[in-house]
Amino acid sequence: MLALWIILGILVLLALIFWGTYNGLVGLRNQVKNAWAQIDVQLKRRFDLIPNLVETVKGYMQYERATLEAVTKARNIAQAAQTAGVGERAKAEGELGGALARLLAVVERYPDLKANQNFLNLQEQLTSTENKISFSRQFYNDSVLRYNNKTQMFPSNIVAGMMNFKAGEFFETATPAEREAPKVSFPQQQ
Amino acid sequence: MWEQIRSNQMRSAFLIGILGALLLVVGYFLGMAFGGNGIAGILVAAVVWAIMLLIAYFQGDSILLSVAGAQKITAEDHPQLYNIVEEMKIASGLEKMPEIYIVDDPAMNAFATGRSKDRTAVTVTSGLLQNLNRDELEGVIGHEVSHIKNRDVLLMSLAGVLLGTIVILAWYGTRVLFYSGMANRRSSSRSSGGGQVIVLAVALVLMILAPIAAQLLYFAISRKREYLADASSALYTRYPEGLASALEKLGASTKQLKNANNATAPMYTINPFHKEGREATDLTSTHPPISERIRILRAMAGASPADYERAYEQVTNKKVIPGSVLATAGSVALRAPSAETRGVEADRIQRTRETSDMLLRMNNYKIIACPNCGTRYKIPPDYTEPGIICARCGNPVNLR
Repeated sequence: MLALWIILGILVLLALIFWGTYNGLVGLRNQVKNAWAQIDVQLKRRFDLIPNLVETVKGYMQYERATLEAVTKARNIAQAAQTAGVGERAKAEGELGGALARLLAVVERYPDLKANQNFLNLQEQLTSTENKISFSRQFYNDSVLRYNNKTQMFPSNIVAGMMNFKAGEFFETATPAEREAPKVSFPQQQ
Repeated sequence: MWEQIRSNQMRSAFLIGILGALLLVVGYFLGMAFGGNGIAGILVAAVVWAIMLLIAYFQGDSILLSVAGAQKITAEDHPQLYNIVEEMKIASGLEKMPEIYIVDDPAMNAFATGRSKDRTAVTVTSGLLQNLNRDELEGVIGHEVSHIKNRDVLLMSLAGVLLGTIVILAWYGTRVLFYSGMANRRSSSRSSGGGQVIVLAVALVLMILAPIAAQLLYFAISRKREYLADASSALYTRYPEGLASALEKLGASTKQLKNANNATAPMYTINPFHKEGREATDLTSTHPPISERIRILRAMAGASPADYERAYEQVTNKKVIPGSVLATAGSVALRAPSAETRGVEADRIQRTRETSDMLLRMNNYKIIACPNCGTRYKIPPDYTEPGIICARCGNPVNLR
């Protein structure tokens, strides 16, 4: 009789542990999903801002056609990659970020543009969107790390394996260098 | 970060537990001295505490905001401020966007309120908006958002209510003891033997010492929280120099905030009562000295809590961040300053104008430019005429 109770107790205990671990995993997976949605919102926002930006600066920057075209092209590639996997998407978005940074860097050469109220508003929106992208990526990668740790570490990995929890993918941009501030070199005036 | 919150809560819960114990001891001796019934004293103390706690919990933030004279703003009123708060919300992983309030005050400061995750707010003064650039503002907002994220607001109001209850009880206690002591002496000393005298003496000493001890405990909790909020701000923004430079400006300003009081002080970025040239306020201040906070932030080699800890140790030879945080956090690189800080900073006049326009709009002023020459007019809400004549070019300006 006693043995029966002990076995029953162990079973209940195991069920409770399973229950807690499973809920923990679901919670973390949802957090990863939420964090991903955050990045998505910001990336879409950036897509919407770019045509506006190009339209505004075009009139001022006749000599920067190549820079402008690079931005438009990178945007189209990134938009096409929207349905692709995390890795491919991160690469396309990284390139778009780099092209935009180069554009905003050459703006410094155009004082007229910097007096344009419309441009200043756009610049604030764009700067902020860039920041939000990197902050949400920061938070997403943090969440993925926590989730992956849980799916791979004992004993939660048993539950994760049974209930088919797959590891999440990190959102990494191409090169660490593109996170740095763009360097602008002005032609030396003699 | 998550570990940090948990370990913070443990430590603060411990300090608050001591505060609570102090309250019970005060109540007990008050009861003993007053009617010889310690339990009744404890009950009275608990009831006073519960009432104050309920008021603080349900009305605390509205009282605070209205005392400060804060007005709520939207994304349209000040896009940059809104963006920065949203950025910090994303970086910290807060679930809900805090509300944003403005206080029309030339002093530079900011504070956070909110008892739960669903109802939080960040308040900044107009002086802050005028004087700080984007990176600096972001550092300050990061500091405030981390007060929200780390649940400092709730803990500090809990501690504040305990402190307030102890102070009130001790205040009445000393007076009651004083007068009843005189009354006792006038009647006979038959009933009160040596034991009663000892109880009275202990109670009197306690009434004097308890508020001071409580205050020091409260300050200790508050200062630790400030360091942690600085560390979190550096982590969120990846740019400690922003907060350091903001603190420098805040510290150099001699303007005092008009509507701050002792209860609200710990929620601000810097102590609202600070006076210039008075920085070594070791045990008796809600905030650590500004110069020390700046030196720590500037000594950071990276943006992670571990970097803050190393910088803190370098400056003060002490430790501040719980070990569990340091074990989990990896290395985090600093970022470069934003364009505004790199020497193309928007004109201070421009910022001042934006801020004052925003305040005027919030007070229902209409801002209208003359269609002919572009001169801007600020029309007060009680002006009812259909139009004005432009003072510069004589062109009629339609207000309808």
